[in-house]
Amino acid sequence: MTLVAPTPSSGSPGSLRWALADSWTLTVRGVSHWVRNPGPVIFSLAFNVLIVLMFVYLLGGAMRVPGGGDYRDFLMPGMFAMTMLFGIAATTQAVTADVERGITDRFRSMPMSAAAMLAGRAVADMLLSVLTLAVMVVTALAVGWRPYGSTGEFLAALGLILLLRLALVWIGVYLGLALSGAEAITGVQTLEFPVGFLSSAFVATATMPGWLGAIADWNPISSTVTATRRLFGNPGAVGDSWIVEHALPMAVVWPVALLLIFFPLSVAKWRSLRR
Amino acid sequence: MIAEGLRKRYGGKDGRDGKDGKPALDGFDLTIPKGTVCGLLGPNGAGKTTSVRILSTLLSLDGGRALVGGFDVAEQATEVRRRIGLVGQHAAVDEVLGGRQNLVMFGRLHHLGKRAATTRADELLARFGLADTGSKPVKAYSGGMRRRLDLAVGMILSPEVLFLDEPTVGLDPRGRGEVWQAVRALAGQGTTVLLTTQYLDEADQLATQINVMDHGRVIAEGTPGELKSRIGGDRIEFVVHDRTQVGTAAQAIARVGVTEPVVDPDAGRVGVQVAHGTDALRETVRVLDQAGIDIDDLSLRRPTLDEVFLHLTGRRTTEPEHQGREVNA
Repeated sequence: MTLVAPTPSSGSPGSLRWALADSWTLTVRGVSHWVRNPGPVIFSLAFNVLIVLMFVYLLGGAMRVPGGGDYRDFLMPGMFAMTMLFGIAATTQAVTADVERGITDRFRSMPMSAAAMLAGRAVADMLLSVLTLAVMVVTALAVGWRPYGSTGEFLAALGLILLLRLALVWIGVYLGLALSGAEAITGVQTLEFPVGFLSSAFVATATMPGWLGAIADWNPISSTVTATRRLFGNPGAVGDSWIVEHALPMAVVWPVALLLIFFPLSVAKWRSLRR
Repeated sequence: MIAEGLRKRYGGKDGRDGKDGKPALDGFDLTIPKGTVCGLLGPNGAGKTTSVRILSTLLSLDGGRALVGGFDVAEQATEVRRRIGLVGQHAAVDEVLGGRQNLVMFGRLHHLGKRAATTRADELLARFGLADTGSKPVKAYSGGMRRRLDLAVGMILSPEVLFLDEPTVGLDPRGRGEVWQAVRALAGQGTTVLLTTQYLDEADQLATQINVMDHGRVIAEGTPGELKSRIGGDRIEFVVHDRTQVGTAAQAIARVGVTEPVVDPDAGRVGVQVAHGTDALRETVRVLDQAGIDIDDLSLRRPTLDEVFLHLTGRRTTEPEHQGREVNA
């Protein structure tokens, strides 16, 4: 049987139009993975809900919020940021799996741009993050958390959380290209907790030893957590250091800075696969 | 496709360089005329995969020049990528998606319209015997099916040049047969194919031109027939009925052959290389008859590529599957 090969659409394969089309094709691929194989997604959503229940009902009774206020109101903005952090390992794993199975090589042998290929992964992971955040907000409301700010402030807070996630996705992409093997993924997963705990997500940094509290205050996650606490009208958003006072602008500056570092690093790492 | 003096040295720490820290490619030359199936043959670590990765733009090169479809792999990578298909050592298809979904996705990434990508996917599924797999995830495919899908993906645009890097490694004989059939069909359409393999019979079966590689360079080139005739003539082999007569038989046959007879006393097998096949066969029957030796089996055959490789490199191919045959030969 002889087949006539189809002709690809005209236009330079490196053009912006094709970059967007390629990213979208790969986004759809990422999403169809979750639809066809929903187990890991359901597990990660359930895990997040479980952590919330643990902190609210098991540990919450012993927690005192500095300056007064309900621990649930204090905790939930921290939890939102924490679930964004938990996504890093999944991103890393997806990128590593493609490299190890040779799929990345196949993409690289095709006339596609590096940024488009990586962006497809990032957009898919952002869509999953929106779902994760939605589940978290519903869970939070169910256990008694309340946002007290305006609708605009509520949406701005969610925007800051997703901005942090976007930066973390690109860290995940970079790690996926830079690392390989199951041990690396376990390493990333293991580091998520200490990085998250060394922030204002679960406890006020004022209760930590001074030097540790200072490090925690400068953790980019803390800036997002403090900023969203302020926007949600939740307690615990006070402190006398510069970084805490400027949490709102820093919740934009940190993720943007991380993006400016890790997006070019990821593309450069991708290119260096040729070496 | 032309490669001239390709050189490649890896960083070193990951052990991908040749033995003794030699470069993975060290003056690699290769010319493949349009529409030819070229078999690149060599043991593990000879540099086969490195050369494919350079020619398919996946790796940069440290020296030399390569043109694929008339375009320079270093300077015009995008043009090269529009003309090639790559089927690597892994079946590089998405395991969660179904076969059709894979083909449509890769079709879209090759910038086919939605309808064209779907039509092409169905054509290729039918052609590679995967039409009835439905939306079954690739994870559930057999090794042969996965490879065929992999080939189908490589064929979406009917590329001018197709790279197949050890396409049947890890497949059972049936899977291999399926892949071979698919490769022959592609070659029939005029695609230029560069096939790397350490299965010598695979190159013999599929390739019209064979390049033997060792230590990062091509050490011999020719058609399968030419390479075989290089080690001189055919081989006669027979099995002596009475094992105790093996020595006598070897002595009797010595003057028929052009080399020392090779004897396997346990199997009663005697083999010898000869200059003129059919004349030697008649002579063999005559001398054995004179010596009063009964034989169970008698054959005249061309040398195998295993023997060619051994002859060219002085080493065996260290391929477990072929060891049995080498002992007998």
